[in-house]
Amino acid sequence: MINNLNILLPEIFLTLSIFGILMLGVFIKRSFNLVFNLSSIVIIVTITIILNSPNNVEKIFLESFIRDSFSQFFKLLILVSSLFVLNSSKSFIHDNKIDKFEYPIIILISILGMFFMVSSNDLILFYLGLELQSLALYILASIDRDNLRSSESGIKYFVLSALSSGLLLYGCSLLYGFTGSTNFEIISFELIDTNVGAIFAMVFILVGLAFKVSAVPFHMWTPDVYEGAPTSITSFFAVVPKVAGLALLIKFMFVPFSNILLEWQTIMIFISIASMILGAVAAIVQKNIKRLLAYSSIGHIGYALAGVASGSITGYASSVLYITIYVVMNIGAFSCLYLMKKDGNYKEDIEDLSGVSKKHPILAISFLIILFSLAGVPPLGGFFAKFYVFKAVLEQEMYVLAIVGLLTTVISAFYYLRIIKIIYFDEKSSTFDKVKNKVVQVTVFLSCSILITFFLYPYFLNNIVNSLFIV
Amino acid sequence: MNFPILSTLIFLPLVSSLFIFLSKDQKNNASAIYISLFSSLATFVLSLFLWYSLDLNSPDFQFIEEKSWINDYIKFKLGVDGISILFIVLTALITPICIISCINSVKDRVKEFLIAILVLETFMIGVFCSLDLVIFYLFFEAGLIPMFLIIGVWGGPKRVYSAFKFFLYTLLGSVLMLVAIIAIYWLTGTTDITQIQEIKIPREYQNLLWLAFFSSFAVKTPMWPVHTWLPDAHVEAPTAGSVILAAILLKMAGYGFLRFSIPLFPAASEFFTPLIYTLSIVAIIYTSLVALMQDDMKKLIAYSSVAHMGYVTLGIFTLTKQGIEGSVFQMISHGLISAALFLCVGVVYDRLHSRLISTYGGLVNYLPKYSFLFLVFALAALGLPGTTGFLGEFLILTGSFQKNYIVAMLATLGVVLGAAYILWLTKRVIFGKTNNEQIKSVKDTNKLEILMLVSLAFLVIFFGIYPYPLMETLNISVDNLITNYEQSLNEINIAKNDQ
Repeated sequence: MINNLNILLPEIFLTLSIFGILMLGVFIKRSFNLVFNLSSIVIIVTITIILNSPNNVEKIFLESFIRDSFSQFFKLLILVSSLFVLNSSKSFIHDNKIDKFEYPIIILISILGMFFMVSSNDLILFYLGLELQSLALYILASIDRDNLRSSESGIKYFVLSALSSGLLLYGCSLLYGFTGSTNFEIISFELIDTNVGAIFAMVFILVGLAFKVSAVPFHMWTPDVYEGAPTSITSFFAVVPKVAGLALLIKFMFVPFSNILLEWQTIMIFISIASMILGAVAAIVQKNIKRLLAYSSIGHIGYALAGVASGSITGYASSVLYITIYVVMNIGAFSCLYLMKKDGNYKEDIEDLSGVSKKHPILAISFLIILFSLAGVPPLGGFFAKFYVFKAVLEQEMYVLAIVGLLTTVISAFYYLRIIKIIYFDEKSSTFDKVKNKVVQVTVFLSCSILITFFLYPYFLNNIVNSLFIV
Repeated sequence: MNFPILSTLIFLPLVSSLFIFLSKDQKNNASAIYISLFSSLATFVLSLFLWYSLDLNSPDFQFIEEKSWINDYIKFKLGVDGISILFIVLTALITPICIISCINSVKDRVKEFLIAILVLETFMIGVFCSLDLVIFYLFFEAGLIPMFLIIGVWGGPKRVYSAFKFFLYTLLGSVLMLVAIIAIYWLTGTTDITQIQEIKIPREYQNLLWLAFFSSFAVKTPMWPVHTWLPDAHVEAPTAGSVILAAILLKMAGYGFLRFSIPLFPAASEFFTPLIYTLSIVAIIYTSLVALMQDDMKKLIAYSSVAHMGYVTLGIFTLTKQGIEGSVFQMISHGLISAALFLCVGVVYDRLHSRLISTYGGLVNYLPKYSFLFLVFALAALGLPGTTGFLGEFLILTGSFQKNYIVAMLATLGVVLGAAYILWLTKRVIFGKTNNEQIKSVKDTNKLEILMLVSLAFLVIFFGIYPYPLMETLNISVDNLITNYEQSLNEINIAKNDQ
């Protein structure tokens, strides 16, 4: 029993800290700063706990909870990205008067939900984790409750997400009915391609998961929620839940659905191609950066899913590598938005960036690096992300998927180039307020340096992600 | 010797661009200019040293550096042979000239401009050194970023359109090459080109892979009908940008044909020879005719570049020793001559801010030194014996007569047309009546401009009279290329007969 609790230590620590900080927040007035800093400390402590835990595979509580290198990696990725997202947005939160003490606590709760998602080995635990995460996200989307757009995006997200959760739950119940178990490994054993009912269930689950990672055709909520929610929340939405969602998706394909590869592969190829095309084409006409990043994230999820669609270990690994680099790029991109402050207001229109390279060369060059990386131009990190994915896709001789993917890269390069054009080529020179925000600057700097220096030693990350799938 | 000389050569400009980035802003950007000039000259000296110490009697790649990179089979592998060394030296030579030229012509954001040029130099040298397909692709594509910025930030009025066209055209061409590279990796298990040559790609895959590579190289060369980005990019780019574009970036594709298409896909290269001949002939004749009708000097030289590159592709795919040597020679020669012609246009553009031929006329009366140098390069461009331009075209035509005399005859027609548009350009710009009163008050070339142009003119005439150093460098490597090509063709034919 004590051993079981040891394995669950990160989750237990996180839960207790959430309760503790919540109490502090309730009883101390104007406690935002205190709660915020404590939450950051909790995240850091959790990171150290995970780093210090042994790496062997452990299954506890009737094999419903699993701790392996896969879940450890994703937990670390979730924590580190949350830490950067949270800290870089601090001054934004202050400036926009959404500095409610619940803010960081709700983020911690959603992290807890994601922990259970990536560690689940059972339909029930997975669903509970997913719902805990989703409920926290609904509140976060509408945290600026006096703002009409924020509330609207919260409601929109809630209604659509609840629908998809319903589909997911229906899929789970069908799966249980047709296989007789909620355990992933037993399901995997029972699920063969003659089990038509279970394949039906697989489609429902796939739809629900596609919604959570905002893949086409279940992406409709993304642009509106991204635009409506405050930027600090959008940056969280664009990064952390995507990581957890993709982890879950990979897990489902890798364990319970591993024997019906041919059945889900067709669906996954379709979703992937549709996401890549929509992400590339719809972003061209956007005027709002957040909306543009929403479409760009749909496209990027399409590439990550292309790796999953290849249905091989290299494919899953390339997909994990893709999402890791995606996280680095998006944290950098959103941190740049915090530097676009003019007369006390944060600017969101692409036109506001026109000619900033003259007055703010550092901001301009950071944006340049991140955008070229998002476009997948070598030698930046984004290229390697795509390279590994297409390497995995071509290994399975899926030429159509690879060629569509690479052609959409060219189309999407157009709108990234458009932003660069506005920053560098336009005559009008706009200026922003001088922002002295060390955390944001360090975040942008780190993100850019990772993207630039990635080509020196791609071995490193590649080895890590490949080791996640060794059974 | 274990000193990583090629890595030093590649990353020296990059590191110095970092210093420029960190250097303090000063009046006239003196420190930035000195750092960039010094580092690019150091690169040039290093490249000459490399040329000097290259063993010309060995057909193998030399100064090889090898390191596990993406995995154990996709390596960071560099090396040079007789063909690539010439391009490296050319790159290292053209870059300091560009930097000197920008002292006069770039007024805005000089520091950033120098950084872009040096970063571009890193990528260009990288292209010519790489012996691994992935690292080649990496450098090949990465060059787009600085060139996109050079055209877009420092270019002319229609720069945005041209920069986008340049970027998207090239990217679209290259993504298919990436598919092909990964496909080769799964077919052979490696992307090291020397190993792929030994393993040999199966005949049935060669045609598709060749086409994928061709899509990238054809855009970059540029071959008719995908050449339309080049005139736009040239016209809008600043002088230094045009020089680099014409002198080096276009050569990457010709180099790519030699280094990758022919050795890796010999059967496909033979199969597609008629296609290349046709496109080259169309490029030579059609773009020469188009060049005749241009009223913008830069556009005229840009179209002439397309025509000259048409000779290069023609020469490469004759697959004879003369043809290939002529092509490489023509690429080097065109690198020097077109760079010089763009610099010449830049000189008068800096003074009168017009590229239209009709603005000028009778320059010889007011700018005698300039007119003399312009005439030298114009005559070299039309292939006057005694200049490098003649030798390249002569060898290519000799090579193509051996294979197909109709093609050779049509190509010879291009020589005549080339003489026509160049001479007509010279007549309208240098001689004739002075229509523009402003010309009378214009100053002749200053010392820096003379330095740049005379050094290029010297090389054009020196190698035109004494091509031996270049030919000697090429000799063994080209022999090796052709022997390998014929050997693998024979093997394939034998295999076919056995079946």
